[in-house]
Amino acid sequence: METKTIEHTFSSTLESVDEAEEIVLKEATELGFEEEDQHKIGISVRECMVNAVVHGNRYNTKKKVHLTVLRSPGTLEIRIGDEGEFFDRSQLPDPLADENLLRHSGRGLLLMQAFMDEFQIRPREPNGTEVKLVKHTAKAG
Amino acid sequence: MSVKLTTRQVGDVTVVDAVGRITLGEAATTFRDTLRQLVGSGHKKLLLNLADVSYIDSSGIGEMVSGYTTVNNQGGQVKLLNLTKRVKDLLQITKLYTVFEVFEDESSAVSSFK
Repeated sequence: METKTIEHTFSSTLESVDEAEEIVLKEATELGFEEEDQHKIGISVRECMVNAVVHGNRYNTKKKVHLTVLRSPGTLEIRIGDEGEFFDRSQLPDPLADENLLRHSGRGLLLMQAFMDEFQIRPREPNGTEVKLVKHTAKAG
Repeated sequence: MSVKLTTRQVGDVTVVDAVGRITLGEAATTFRDTLRQLVGSGHKKLLLNLADVSYIDSSGIGEMVSGYTTVNNQGGQVKLLNLTKRVKDLLQITKLYTVFEVFEDESSAVSSFK
């Protein structure tokens, strides 16, 4: 199978979260991910899109969310970028610290990291934050 | 698909049967409002049956935690019943297994309330 790249630009709405999940899951299914891994990919994309819409772009209709999906044999790479301010993860409270266990929010990054094989946050040019998520199929090891 | 919540009374324990997905938006709001209405109307022993919940995101987890805190602050208790593997995994990743009491059998769960 050849490599394939898909790019989409979304408005900063919660409807975009569902659309992005659907697009990525279609690719994940075609690539042969098993159902459990599809679930993990889907929830990671949702968490990432919610962060971009809600925390990155703050629902600003002038700002967009950028999704890139790169398919190659056995590997799905997803990049989601916003146009907000770059956030420093080290400034976020640790969701696993005892004093933070009952906080209402702050678990999205933790779930992405747990469910994906690779997880990276970096500044996006010219502004914003880009998150890179990578998952390998079981066959790819 | 959103979440559908129905309640039933087993003795003095209110069982909330949830079906669907608890994710950011309408579903998480429904979940939050239902728990607050129940505790506000004096139902302080809540058992959340999540057997038919296929999907919870971090917002849904946040609402579960908020519900737990709200009910506890009013002298009540929230416990969980029949978690799917996916929801169990989420609670383990987030360490919330150390917060919630979890049961796999409804009668044991009901009798565990004081």
